[in-house]
Amino acid sequence: MENYENGQSRRSFLNWLLVGGFGSLAAATIYPLVRFIYPPELPQAVQNSVVAAKTGEMPPNSGKIFKFGTKPGILIRTKGDEYRAFSAVCTHLQCTVQYEESRGDIWCACHNGRFDLSGKNISGPPPAPLEVFNVAIRGEEIIVSKKG
Amino acid sequence: MASIKYQNIYNWLDERVGLRSIEELARHKQVPRHNRTIWYYFGGMTLFLFGIQAVTGIFLLLYYRPTAEAAYESVKFISTEVHFGWLVRSVHSWSANLMIAALFVHMFSVFLLKSYRRPREVTWITGVILLFISLGFGFSGYLLPWNKLAYFATKVGTDIAGSLPVIGGPILTFLRGGEEVTGATLTRFFGMHVAVLPMVTAAMLGIHLYLVQKHGMALPIKEAREESQGKTIETIPFIPDFLYRDVIGWILALGILVFLASIFPWELGTKADPLASAPAGIRPEWFFVFMFQTLKYIPAKILFIEGELLGIAGFSLAGLILFFIPFLDRKSNDLKDNRLFLILGVVVILYIIVLTILGYSS
Repeated sequence: MENYENGQSRRSFLNWLLVGGFGSLAAATIYPLVRFIYPPELPQAVQNSVVAAKTGEMPPNSGKIFKFGTKPGILIRTKGDEYRAFSAVCTHLQCTVQYEESRGDIWCACHNGRFDLSGKNISGPPPAPLEVFNVAIRGEEIIVSKKG
Repeated sequence: MASIKYQNIYNWLDERVGLRSIEELARHKQVPRHNRTIWYYFGGMTLFLFGIQAVTGIFLLLYYRPTAEAAYESVKFISTEVHFGWLVRSVHSWSANLMIAALFVHMFSVFLLKSYRRPREVTWITGVILLFISLGFGFSGYLLPWNKLAYFATKVGTDIAGSLPVIGGPILTFLRGGEEVTGATLTRFFGMHVAVLPMVTAAMLGIHLYLVQKHGMALPIKEAREESQGKTIETIPFIPDFLYRDVIGWILALGILVFLASIFPWELGTKADPLASAPAGIRPEWFFVFMFQTLKYIPAKILFIEGELLGIAGFSLAGLILFFIPFLDRKSNDLKDNRLFLILGVVVILYIIVLTILGYSS
């Protein structure tokens, strides 16, 4: 009887060892593969301001997409001859928005979302306003920078 | 003399690989004849079009280059310089769409005829997996020419997956190979499209076809009831009678395919530009349009939940239900009519048709 119980515990110990061993082997194999799938994070210079356009480049009532870091931004020269800049990434599903001259607002073609010229979401599916950037004119350069 | 030799070779092979049992499996299948036999052709049609995809896909691989810098140019090269390149590419694109169409017809006919009932539950599940794989083929293949429409469709499509709570972020990075849709995404989608998905398809398709062969074609409920009451249902052998009919369908499909590919060659569009605004009239491939259109109608917020999330949750739930259909429909197993499932099927088909039309007219 005692032997039997010993046999049982020896068997369960060996089972445990086997499962544990194969489990570790599986983990040691899978872990590097899963890590491999995710690309390494490369250090990126954080860009806080950028030259978006030159003065005189844009006529009134027009928009221009510019590169701000890794993402697109939109610079708008309003009918009232005022420069405004926003993130061009739609807050709905991250499509790139555009300035619609005929209506004088910002439009996302993907799902028909609209924003007014203060960046506020006014119709369609976007759940939040566009990020607003500062605009400054220095000489011939229109410089856009992040707020705060 | 020749027949003796043939017999010898046959016997030699049979002893080693068991030809007789394979032949047995191929020969025993009978196809029932009734007024809905026509729906039995669409599985084979999907398979035929998949074969075309495999062959034309391998041909395209000879010239295609999967990087953001070269992809668009290489597809342009195929379409304009390579002998019959325009035809091979156009056939690949058209056949992909016809295959999805045939697959939808196949799935809905199986659904409405309740062919998933016992003992074909596993056949249905492998079929649903093959449906999702096919949609994956469509989604990943759409990006490969690296044109503007595909770029934004991929951006939106991956973003939808990314908006899921908790798991969304890792899924998004996994799909895009980074935070944005870039050349890394293209390379990933390429690998999925030509290596991962074909391998999984081969396995799933193998099981699916084996099971179809093992169980034979399912009878519709009415005919099955009649059979259980002792009536004999007329059948024809699958090999060769039904297969010949299949082949006639395939030749017709090939004709339609080459006609479409030649008269309406698949457009390439303009090269993707990550800094351009999304073009007007952007939409995904037609088989995703009903979902795309639904997302357009859902308001930004419903009570406290984001509308977007609600839509995605709805479609995920629908996908999950699709898997478990054979286990949810218990009435059909007992050969009783299940009106609820009939109505459900018709409503889903109408929903898909109406929203697809709305998607194209708006």
